[in-house]
Amino acid sequence: MSFTRKRIELQLTQVIDNILIADGVYYLKLHKPFDFKPGQVVALSLNENDEPRLYSIASGKNEVSLNILFDVMPTGQLTPTLANLKPNDEVYISAPFGKFLCEHTPAVWIATGTGVAPFVSLIKSGTNKNITLLHGARTIDGFYFQNEFKEKLGDDYLRFCTTETGNDVIEGRLTNYLKELDNPAPELKYYLCGSSQMIIDVREILLSKGVAYDKIIAEIYF
Amino acid sequence: MEKQDIFGKTLSELKECVTSLGLPAFTSKQIADWLYKKNITSFEEMLNLSKKARISLNENYFIGRNQPESFQESVDGTKKYLFKTGDKFIEAAYLPESNRNTLCVSSQVGCKMGCLFCMTARQGFQKQLTSSEILNQIASLPEKETLSNVVYMGMGEPMDNIDNVLKSLEIITSEWGYAWSPRRINVSTIGVVPAMRRFIEESEAHLAVSLHSPFNEERKQLMPIENVYSLDELLAAIRDYDFGRQRRISFEYIMFRGVNDTQKHIDGLSKLLNGIRCRLNLIHFHPIPDSPLKGSSQSTMEWFRDKLNEKGLTATIRRSRGEDIYAACGLLSTKKLLKDDQPKDY
Ligand SMILES: Cc1cc2nc3c(=O)[nH]c(=O)nc-3n(C[C@H](O)[C@H](O)[C@H](O)COP(=O)(O)OP(=O)(O)OC[C@H]3O[C@@H](n4cnc5c(N)ncnc54)[C@H](O)[C@@H]3O)c2cc1C
Ligand code: SF4
Repeated sequence: MSFTRKRIELQLTQVIDNILIADGVYYLKLHKPFDFKPGQVVALSLNENDEPRLYSIASGKNEVSLNILFDVMPTGQLTPTLANLKPNDEVYISAPFGKFLCEHTPAVWIATGTGVAPFVSLIKSGTNKNITLLHGARTIDGFYFQNEFKEKLGDDYLRFCTTETGNDVIEGRLTNYLKELDNPAPELKYYLCGSSQMIIDVREILLSKGVAYDKIIAEIYF
Repeated sequence: MEKQDIFGKTLSELKECVTSLGLPAFTSKQIADWLYKKNITSFEEMLNLSKKARISLNENYFIGRNQPESFQESVDGTKKYLFKTGDKFIEAAYLPESNRNTLCVSSQVGCKMGCLFCMTARQGFQKQLTSSEILNQIASLPEKETLSNVVYMGMGEPMDNIDNVLKSLEIITSEWGYAWSPRRINVSTIGVVPAMRRFIEESEAHLAVSLHSPFNEERKQLMPIENVYSLDELLAAIRDYDFGRQRRISFEYIMFRGVNDTQKHIDGLSKLLNGIRCRLNLIHFHPIPDSPLKGSSQSTMEWFRDKLNEKGLTATIRRSRGEDIYAACGLLSTKKLLKDDQPKDY
């Protein structure tokens, strides 16, 4: 039995800008060839035949560009090269897909690292009512888009920093904070995005605090 | 240069190895024969190779075979073997039955996919297994000679380690390897679509897709992958291929009480799988510690099965094996190995 290879369809699009926004983290702006729903992802690669990687879209649905937020994995295949992209370079992207749409409110959004990307898209697309965002990072410059979040969410934007203090960030892991919460509101939806380890830890804490499993939705950057 | 593992290499990789050592190309076939047919564990045993070749191989390679560290036996005869890979452990479960003996192998140490009902998920992801470490579970099994089937349903998501899984399958099914029919092998997936397509295209082994719900919103609560590759996309990908008469596609459905065991689900499943020649395996849930999910009762499962069969879907209840040692496929646990001291990335 032999099959012809069927792969996700990719199309070329141009780089508008590639901005270093923190140590090893870039905000890549691309010409937007299609509409998307906030929370969706695209598959992206530099060569048509490479296995593409997935990135959450991190721009508002009405913006002219389609942006992603990525951090460089030093030994990774794609991201070290992505970091070198310049305006007018070309990349391959897929049509948007995915169903991490975070449509229910009131909700608590929980993210670490670049896992905040879908929430950037949601905020920039106008979702900010009845939202609390818990954001975890190692360093203060790891709170990407903190100004936007502060502006839109005010006191409902909480930053947890594990290695630095100052700037109103809360010291320590967000999991420690969750562990100490008396009763996380059971009627809320919890949307989690980031590494598998964070998702599993946070979900376990929420479940142990009485949050029903069907209130917890997670997007894992596997 | 650090010594490389020669076990788990495909014939074309072995060819590269011997060429780089300046040995004749046919040596690769001889090596494959010793490694995979004669099951030897040292270069000295490769008697038809020149002394020079054996020395040279020994200087550059090792044979990554190791015996299981320990095993636990269940009352029903299921045996769970623990293998060491570096400083970590993986499990393989041997399930003897009257008409077949199946080995359930792991493809990763831990898993990234975070399925709510799974013990392996709680361990987090530790590492990818090499093709050697996957194959060693078969090669070093005391019951190797009695095996009739292998299922990739232990720890890990096989499609998240697709390169090594495909390599191990090539070795098991090639004439120069174990020369098994691919119909003796079943590989599971939760539906990592691009890698699943590669598997369908590059292998001929059976495919078992974990469904657990026919509804997007509900499946998301059980399996985070549904946010990325949703049921629509998963089923569309499967419908893209003709599996032929010999190759089997099955859907796995763990039954959770009050969650996915109602009439609505029967209707949803029959709609979702309409037109796909497949089988649906209904699986007892083995409750894991502190799980919010409970298993459906035997009578509910039988009702569910009968209703599905009435609708023309072939559904069977898979017997539950090795429950007392958590050795059921896909629910393997390494309770004593649960993470704690791992560095966190947040
Ligand atoms: C749904 C989804 C959404 C995502 N969204 C984002 C996002 O918004 N932003 C973002 O930055 N990332 C995101 N990711 C992750 C992203 O897809 C890539 O995995 C990531 O950017 C790394 O790609 P890479 O090619 O550079 O690294 P890869 O080559 O894929 O390697 C990844 C990691 O594995 C290690 N590794 C690679 N090969 C081996 C090996 N043989 N042995 C041991 N270790 C190895 C590397 O060191 C690296 O740390 C998302 C992933 C998913 C699934
Ligand atoms: S069920 Fe399979 S894919 Fe899901 S977490 Fe467990 S091992 Fe991983």
